[in-house]
Amino acid sequence: MGLDIRLPIGFMFVFVGLLLTGYGIFGPSEIYNRSLGINVNLGWGIVLLVFGLLMMFLGRHSLKQGKD
Amino acid sequence: MQLTLIDWLIMAIYFIFVLGIGFALKRYMKTSTDFFLSGRSIPAWIAGLAFLSANLGAQEVIGMAASGAKYGISTSHFYWVGAIPAMVFVGLFMMPFYYGSRARSVPEYLKLRFDEKTRGFNAISFAAMTVFSSGISMYAMGLLLNLLLGWDFNLSIWVSAFIVLAYILLGGLTSAIYNEVLQFFLIVFGLAPLVFLGLRDAGGWSGLQTRLANVATSNGYSPGAWTNSWRLMHDSSANPMGVEWFGMAMGVGFVLSFGYWCTDFLVVQRAMAADSMQAARRTPLIAAVPKMLFPFLVILPGMIAIALTYQAGESGFSLPRKVDGNFNYDMAIPLMLSHYFPNGLLGLGLTALIASFMSGMAGNVTAFNTVWTYDIYQSYIKKDGTDQHYLWMGRMSTVFGIVISVGAAYVATRFNNIMDMLQLVFAFVNAPLFATFLLGMFWKRATGHGAFIGLVGGTLGAAIHHGLSLPRGGLPGVKGGWITTLHTYPSEMAQNFWTAILAWTVCFSLTIVVSLFTRPRNDSELTGLVWSLTERPRDADLNWYQKPSVLAGLVLILVIILNIIFW
Repeated sequence: MGLDIRLPIGFMFVFVGLLLTGYGIFGPSEIYNRSLGINVNLGWGIVLLVFGLLMMFLGRHSLKQGKD
Repeated sequence: MQLTLIDWLIMAIYFIFVLGIGFALKRYMKTSTDFFLSGRSIPAWIAGLAFLSANLGAQEVIGMAASGAKYGISTSHFYWVGAIPAMVFVGLFMMPFYYGSRARSVPEYLKLRFDEKTRGFNAISFAAMTVFSSGISMYAMGLLLNLLLGWDFNLSIWVSAFIVLAYILLGGLTSAIYNEVLQFFLIVFGLAPLVFLGLRDAGGWSGLQTRLANVATSNGYSPGAWTNSWRLMHDSSANPMGVEWFGMAMGVGFVLSFGYWCTDFLVVQRAMAADSMQAARRTPLIAAVPKMLFPFLVILPGMIAIALTYQAGESGFSLPRKVDGNFNYDMAIPLMLSHYFPNGLLGLGLTALIASFMSGMAGNVTAFNTVWTYDIYQSYIKKDGTDQHYLWMGRMSTVFGIVISVGAAYVATRFNNIMDMLQLVFAFVNAPLFATFLLGMFWKRATGHGAFIGLVGGTLGAAIHHGLSLPRGGLPGVKGGWITTLHTYPSEMAQNFWTAILAWTVCFSLTIVVSLFTRPRNDSELTGLVWSLTERPRDADLNWYQKPSVLAGLVLILVIILNIIFW
């Protein structure tokens, strides 16, 4: 129905992934006492980013096909 | 717990996308079929994830973690004995009738197969049930956000109700389904780090097993009671659930799960919106694959929480107790979120929780507006309206449904018992349903009178059984025994299972007996509605991985392997 849902999902996870990754790199580090000393924002941010890009890639693929 | 800018940003991004999807779909909502059935145009994988997500309300997420803490890995029976086989069954054997009959709702199938009164009974009880459960879910959300973050109860309820209202009004079922897919991924990605951190704190799987053995022996069970799903099912007193294998397999497996996954319009609607018969049949099968892994996402956190409570980890997490001295199991996931997640990830986890509340609410509301418009309004109030009129009514009933839900949420804040009682009544109405569908679809001799009397009898049977039995330690009232106590069950769960089994049996037998004494319909009227009079769906031209039978086989093999691993 007109909209390929993978695109908005992809965009959203790319945004959130970038935010978390950035916060993991530049944000405060004492907050990771909670998460057993692991910088989960950085690690998980990258996971979300990769997932978002994958979704966007799949969505773009179908967008091109639809236009043909 | 203090939220910072980054947490709010993540939450805001989610809200923007949810509403944006609604706006993007607005221009496609031209007919009532677009609004209520997504124009039957949804691809199988999207329908499949929505099928899963509509059921993934917060009650599911929070409730399963609570059961995981209370009963351990045996909770996975709800998935590996209950949901998965039921989803395979509905995909292979029932979808040909739901989708093939072109019925627009589950009650409408009952009308086509049986008669008006059977449809009416189902439509009215279902419509009432959906708005009230959406209200109870809202109430739970308001309470939780207040407890966890100090947010205002009224504000949480109205804001979430407004957002759900907006995206359904704009994009109808499609908007609900698309958002359910988004919410599905969000819930998975929001909760997965919790399992990782919790498990690490508990010393990995082996550490968790040792700790849970401690939980089991402290409660007077043998050490494996929290980590073996079948080994202690030989006797109801040997496991914390208080159920033995027969009550388990029949109660949760056959009656409750098949009853829910095969007949509840909330989930079936997602498959009915699929773009072809093959896609509709694949919908529950695709949903079954992530569903069977869900115990690791929603039950495991509960097990970790109770393990760390009995034997603290390095971070010192433990479950709080309620006023009555019992553990507050429902807080397992919310408290673990606030304990382990640093700002940033915390925003993601909270958004995931809110997303699960919203997907549950939207699922209920979209099912309600369809049943109300097609099965109640069009059938009994205005039969000859134009399609535009029903589209308008669909939007009106969305508003109306949400307003009643909000009302129900407020009723729940004042009279918790009324809500418990309502849920109980719905359980009575639901328990026998699967018998009606089974006979309707696979026995052409079953008649409308038989189905109706069977349903009413089964519901009464459930109520009477509940009125005559009590779980151990329960007081007569909402817990049962309101007539007199003839039998005491070892646990509430055992009582529920046997109530369901009895209701099913009464409905099944009554329907058969009454059908044999009443006039059956002609074969020609039942074509496409009954197994023996319907052409088998063809799938010879599909690739092997698209064939429902192949998918079903794979799903069943995987679920058997899971049962064996955690035996």
